Amino acid sequence: MMEFHLFTNYVEIAAVILFSIGFSTLLFHQNLMKKIIGFNIMDTAIFLFLAAKGYIAGRMAPILVEGANDPSLYINPVPSALVLTGIVVSVSVTAFALALVLRLYERYGTLHLDEILYLTRGEHD
Amino acid sequence: MAFAHNIPFISIMMTILAGVISLLTGKDKAARICLGTLTAVALLSALLFAYLWQTGTSFTFSMGHFPAPWGNELQAGLFEALMALTFTVVMILSLVAGRERVVADIAPARQGLYYLLCSLLTCSLLALVYTNDIFTAYVFVEINTLAACGIVAAKDTGETVTATIRYLIMSLLGSGLILIAISLLYAITGHLLMNDLLGSMTELAASGDYAMPCMVIMLFLAIGLAIKSALFPFHTWLPAAHGSATAASSAILSGVVLKGYIILLLKIFYRVFGLSFAHDLRVADLLFVFGLLGMIMGSIFAVREKNLKRMLAYSSVAQVGYIFMGIGLSTAIGMVAACFHILAHAITKPLLFLAADGLMDVSGHSKNIFNMQGAGRRNILAGIAFTVGALSMIGIPMFSGFVSKFYFVQGSFQNPDKMLATLIVLALSTVLNAMYYLPVLVTLYLGNDENSPYRHRKSANSRNYKKAMVAFILLNFILGMFYEPVIKALEQGLLML
Repeated sequence: MMEFHLFTNYVEIAAVILFSIGFSTLLFHQNLMKKIIGFNIMDTAIFLFLAAKGYIAGRMAPILVEGANDPSLYINPVPSALVLTGIVVSVSVTAFALALVLRLYERYGTLHLDEILYLTRGEHD
Repeated sequence: MAFAHNIPFISIMMTILAGVISLLTGKDKAARICLGTLTAVALLSALLFAYLWQTGTSFTFSMGHFPAPWGNELQAGLFEALMALTFTVVMILSLVAGRERVVADIAPARQGLYYLLCSLLTCSLLALVYTNDIFTAYVFVEINTLAACGIVAAKDTGETVTATIRYLIMSLLGSGLILIAISLLYAITGHLLMNDLLGSMTELAASGDYAMPCMVIMLFLAIGLAIKSALFPFHTWLPAAHGSATAASSAILSGVVLKGYIILLLKIFYRVFGLSFAHDLRVADLLFVFGLLGMIMGSIFAVREKNLKRMLAYSSVAQVGYIFMGIGLSTAIGMVAACFHILAHAITKPLLFLAADGLMDVSGHSKNIFNMQGAGRRNILAGIAFTVGALSMIGIPMFSGFVSKFYFVQGSFQNPDKMLATLIVLALSTVLNAMYYLPVLVTLYLGNDENSPYRHRKSANSRNYKKAMVAFILLNFILGMFYEPVIKALEQGLLML
């Protein structure tokens, strides 16, 4: 039974694996740029998961077509809307994080978090 | 429909508009717009609280009058109104008292943006308090995180930018967990509104289906929000962020931002899983253990700290531990105590951070406690304010911190399994609190400053600073002595959740 689920839900499995990769990169990697990439992998994995959950095989994208008013022709639009909102959030967070990294790089000339922490320690009492 | 039913929506909308408008004006106007809007929101929240107190009801507001499964909803009861009122008042007082420091710390061109961020921060906090839709909550969690990181980074020194990136990274880990949990929740139930989710969860709890996924979801939500509210051992970002930011930011971050996430967690406990199911999932026990550890470890870190602002930041870690311990007790009184402590800490910690700023002002802007010998004599108001805050945090009767400890003890009596651990840790934590606050008080008042280069520094407290600090001190006494109506409001408010 278990293997059966694993086999049919391969998109969700991929999403979970990607999420773990992104999460651990964000947590453990010392390079700030790679952390941001990890964050993006993590968020994209969630979007993949949501998109897979909203998809119904054989149906159209949830965009109303002339003459086709039957809701059963379309896939579930809610996860798509959630993905869109999630993308907006993820883009703004990425932009903010990149701006901070840029500021740190200008000041310390490195992207390595430990080195930056070491350098800041000397600055203040 | 009474006018009061529109207040949650109007409050959220006004603060977000204030943010947008202040972008178009100069820096002086931005501050005025922000503070003016916050004052209006505080008055409206007080009105809402009075209305709900009189009618004894709670209500749901459908955005755009779309019915439940399609529209977005806000819900307000006594609990929400009280939290919204407290948060806005603390925001106003912190911004007023920290005004001069903001002018000194932040580049003139960016001061307008600072108030923009503060407006957005209030907006997201109000939305977290009022929203009934879990995905909306996620979006506002992110807005809150970005705005909070923004007000740390605003000072723009190497220290603050580094602190911000650490804060951001930890917060993003939390956001990832929250978002995947919400996606799983939606995959299982097909709902995003809290009332519908509660219905599905009650069914799942009865049938026993999806027990494991529900536990994982609850765990992810709890850990995600615990990271953002700096529960031990996820607190590593907090001391740097709260310790290095400008005074108003430190006050706001410790006072209200941490609490916004805790309130969302409470709402998830009550309104998504239902209290009994949430307790069956054992996540409360985990939070209880982390809370106890936080109470001890936060204080131990604080005892070792020589930097006054970082000491206060570690003290926040300990106080967040108290709140989570109260939630983890899983008793009615424990919950009330946790909510009361949210209020007590929200008015005490900003007072301490702002007092610390006043004391640093007469000690050559050094954060080191050794340089503050006799600073309490040089800046009398800041000294008194620090004393009030410290005594409240230690838990001396008449101050707000005592009341929450009193109720934590009572709450523990209802749960015999956790009583002993709670009482021991409460006692230990009180001793530890005294161990780091009392030496500071001794240094401030009895410290010998004859050889100090700052001994002739006179305090230059502005009128705004004085007014706000006096207001904070009075609030602390009011909450410490006339706590019964507040407790009653919280009890009723939690029943309405």
